[in-house]
Amino acid sequence: MLDKIGIAKRIAQEVQDGYYVNLGIGIPTLVANYVRDDIEVEFQSENGVLGMGPFPLEGEEDADLINAGKQTITTLPGASFFDSSLSFSMIRGQHVDLTILGAMEVSEEGDIANWKIPGKMVKGMGGAMDLVASAQNIIVAMMHTNKAGESKLLRKCSLPLTGVACVKKIVTNLAVLEVTEDGFKLLERAPGISVEDIKKATEGKLIIEGDIPEMVL
Amino acid sequence: MINKKVANVTEAMQGVKDDMTLMVGGFGLCGIPENAINNLVKMNVKGLTCISNNAGVDDFGLGLLLHKRQIKKMISSYVGENDEFERQMLSGELDVELVPQGTLVERCRAAQSGFPAFFTPAGYGTEVAEGKEIREFNGKMYVLEKAFEADFAFVKAWKGDAAGNLIFKGTARNFNPAMCGSAKITVAEVEELVPVGSLDPNQIHIPGIFVQRIFQGENYEKRIEQLTVRKRL
Repeated sequence: MLDKIGIAKRIAQEVQDGYYVNLGIGIPTLVANYVRDDIEVEFQSENGVLGMGPFPLEGEEDADLINAGKQTITTLPGASFFDSSLSFSMIRGQHVDLTILGAMEVSEEGDIANWKIPGKMVKGMGGAMDLVASAQNIIVAMMHTNKAGESKLLRKCSLPLTGVACVKKIVTNLAVLEVTEDGFKLLERAPGISVEDIKKATEGKLIIEGDIPEMVL
Repeated sequence: MINKKVANVTEAMQGVKDDMTLMVGGFGLCGIPENAINNLVKMNVKGLTCISNNAGVDDFGLGLLLHKRQIKKMISSYVGENDEFERQMLSGELDVELVPQGTLVERCRAAQSGFPAFFTPAGYGTEVAEGKEIREFNGKMYVLEKAFEADFAFVKAWKGDAAGNLIFKGTARNFNPAMCGSAKITVAEVEELVPVGSLDPNQIHIPGIFVQRIFQGENYEKRIEQLTVRKRL
């Protein structure tokens, strides 16, 4: 089974040379740490920066330089700043190649829910609805089941939706899955996890074809 | 040069009254108009509708106005870091309209640019689209969203001049440019009010035509919400 860092490492393998990438809050933010260093990638943050670097050294933080998670950051050579409107032009205009974000639920049709639990938690959607409505390539990073042990890969989402038919790939602590017209297609197993384990943890339709390889991290 | 300079925040905020709709720049606590917000607390105006990406934290930014129950309605995209906000919202004391971030900024920009409405794919198929016109373009579905109508816009810039020209710094730019000229009156506060003619016209982010009043801000705290650093080796 993977931990959060394992999920981030596996997703980092999906990032290709020349990609502009938007990372969501939580596990997705960790992905930046594990991208191969022989490829060129630029990270976009929707609050208005392209070319994000690592966190600043102690004492070098700047209140005017944060990411969408409100964390202090640095920029790399070639970086640029812009306003929120231009930032979402990059997103809605499909100039960003890959979006990686977290989710509470994903349906077998690629619907995603990640912004609201009615009556309990209402933090808002931030930029997630804009991102999922437009991105051509969306990878979801999440645990396969919730704290109560219930599957987060469902036939239909039960929570209010963030977007419909948009998720392409999911990397969980148990598996890598592709969202296809017929359901969740199992691509890889996490180390030490069997196909049976994944079947038990998946409520939505799971497609298993041939031998399912174990992830190589 | 048309002079937009006013002496201080009090003069800059003349005309702000109860029940008005205000745009407030910033993302989290980054690039918020601290002087204007603190003065709204002092003026004790009530029944406000605030259009701002976030709602501050419990003891800073718009959180200060929430604490004094000055806000009737918040229009935001993300309100996660504020316990008092969540309490007022879940108890029904505070009316909240959550708007996708890109739609929020574009509703400001539409008001700035003379567009009454626009179609966006964001929110299609979700509760955000309920009751709104949906239209298909080239096989994809879009939601009709309307421009905001606001009385005042409060923005914060790094540098500005008496002509109202503004330059922003880093990610403190965020929502501020799209809010300039999006309300009946735009009030800009700046960290450095510089002499007219000293800003390079090539570098100006917002031309003074979008700004009605500008003043030299004071005592910026510029609080950091999530301090994240690497240890020095």
